[in-house]
Amino acid sequence: MPTQGVRVIEFQSVTKRYADGTVAVDSLDLTIDAGRITVLVGPSGCGKTTSLRMINRMVEATSGTILVNGEDIRAQRPATLRRGIGYVIQNAGLFPHRTVIDNIATVPVLLGTKKAAARRRAEELLDTVGLPRELGKRYPAQLSGGQQQRVGVARALAADPPVLLMDEPFSAVDPVVRDDLQEELLRLQSELGKTIVFVTHDIDEAIKLGDKVAVLRVGGELAQYDTPATLLAKPVDDFVASFVGRDRGYRALGFLSAHGAEVVPLSTIPLGSPVDEARAALTGGWGVVVDENQAPLGWVSTSSLSTVEGELRSADLVAGGSLYVADSPKSGSLRTALDAALSSPSGVGIAVDSGGAVTGGVTAESVLKALDEARRSGEVPS
Amino acid sequence: MNWVIDHIPELLSAAVDHLQLALLPVVVGLVLSLPLGWVANRWTVARAILVPVSGLLYTIPSLALFVMMPLLLGTKILDPINVQAALTIYTVALLVRSIADALAAVPDSVVQAASAMGYRTVGRFFAVELPLAIPVLVAGVRVAAVSNISLVAVGQIIGVGGLGYFLLHGAQSSPPNYQEIIAGIALIVLLALVVDGLLALAGRALTPWTRQQRGPVGRGRSVVSR
Ligand SMILES: Nc1ncnc2c1ncn2[C@@H]1O[C@H](COP(=O)(O)OP(=O)(O)OP(=O)(O)O)[C@@H](O)[C@H]1O
Ligand SMILES: [Mg+2]
Repeated sequence: MPTQGVRVIEFQSVTKRYADGTVAVDSLDLTIDAGRITVLVGPSGCGKTTSLRMINRMVEATSGTILVNGEDIRAQRPATLRRGIGYVIQNAGLFPHRTVIDNIATVPVLLGTKKAAARRRAEELLDTVGLPRELGKRYPAQLSGGQQQRVGVARALAADPPVLLMDEPFSAVDPVVRDDLQEELLRLQSELGKTIVFVTHDIDEAIKLGDKVAVLRVGGELAQYDTPATLLAKPVDDFVASFVGRDRGYRALGFLSAHGAEVVPLSTIPLGSPVDEARAALTGGWGVVVDENQAPLGWVSTSSLSTVEGELRSADLVAGGSLYVADSPKSGSLRTALDAALSSPSGVGIAVDSGGAVTGGVTAESVLKALDEARRSGEVPS
Repeated sequence: MNWVIDHIPELLSAAVDHLQLALLPVVVGLVLSLPLGWVANRWTVARAILVPVSGLLYTIPSLALFVMMPLLLGTKILDPINVQAALTIYTVALLVRSIADALAAVPDSVVQAASAMGYRTVGRFFAVELPLAIPVLVAGVRVAAVSNISLVAVGQIIGVGGLGYFLLHGAQSSPPNYQEIIAGIALIVLLALVVDGLLALAGRALTPWTRQQRGPVGRGRSVVSR
């Protein structure tokens, strides 16, 4: 999928000591995989930004070597190097005096592309990052924070650089927009296959986005470098364990497929059925009401039906919990399965197929049993 | 009004001289102040020297500066260069500080982003920092232009004063020619107002982004692939 050749980034015992003596990064050895998202995460002041900025020489390493694709970054002049590396910062850092289109066209124009051609490409990039083209003529101050951040991403992508550096790009927007932006980044990445180095202090963001996560501790030391699943299951020490958080066991379920969890049959009742038939169809006092496509609409129970006469209407339903997709290979995770069970009014989580039709139910017990089996078979490092 | 009507050609040509004496120093001063202001913004030491020195220059009385110019430059007493050089010094004294302040007010994140995009120092200055400094810069240029237009008249002391000629000549006539004095003053004020207004308009034309109101914003579409 990658559009260009691979770009591995290697830190070889890289140290950064600032003029005032602060050691921001201490002999860092790190290999960043090509075409993947690598997240640098850690508490404030641990040297994430410094590490990131050493890659495009916004900060010069005091000692050690950084290689991009085997080539020492010092072999190129900084400005030349930077034109080949996309960079996105918090609050987007857009040029207030340039329209959205001209902001996006910045690097291509610097590289010598004709203005008109660069603008056409910029318009396409608006599509890529999910912004309407009409926004192209606006100035950054006329956009919402989330829109500005998207423009920042488009600007970084404009010259199609193989490497993208992102420094807390989504931390200044509200949680809902942040969620959108994260999803969008994952979607983009699945199409573009860039080598992305992403800095955040939010471990949830790191786990959601990272193919690999590097946890740094204050003093610029690498504490652990692993996949999110391993990080959650096997933190190397107390620092990492406390940093990944208390409910890491629960979040680790997010990396296990739910296909091992037993799905039991559920009684489904079409909307509009006579209430008497519905009462007779309940199992364990509960039943799922479905539409004509077998998609779940809500629950009914013995007690909820006790005051209802005639035909079953939507107003008679008890709201359902979350759903999880149970047909392989696109099966949901044990975490979504457990959440479906815990959030369901009946205690039984609804499993659906990828088309959204009810296939059965799952209980918290069966999720835990599946976890147990996964542990025993060595799927989870315990 | 008779005197005015009889002297329209002289008044007009003096007004043109006056403008040229006042505004050429603004242009030259601006060109000189840009690198100085940039240096002052870039290095703390440079700022610690340049800003107080230019403040000091501005406090020299114009009369003294005009009189000193032929000595300093070795020029003839009636050479218009004397007045223009003195006004250039005032302009620089005014603008160095405002340019340094304007550059300092450009958000660091924007400057950093420009570097990260691959701008070199000079390219970044003209493409990003200078445009963003325009609002403050224009304010400084307007003050310098208006102040120069009024100071030119003082240059009449060393024989080159544009419309200042009519003030001095009118006052020294016996009896004093008030029509001449008032005409000179009125034209100077008029020039100052017109130049100030034109500069304000130019400033607006150069900074369209400062006027845009935040329009209705729709949230970006999310998770849409096509
Ligand atoms: N220009 C500088 N001069 C001196 N010290 C600096 C400089 N920049 C950063 N530092 C110090 O280096 C250390 C690491 O800073 P850095 O910005 O890399 O941290 P960070 O992990 O990005 O933190 P945050 O999450 O707060 O952004 C901090 O102690 C910081 O104070
Ligand atoms: Mg940082």
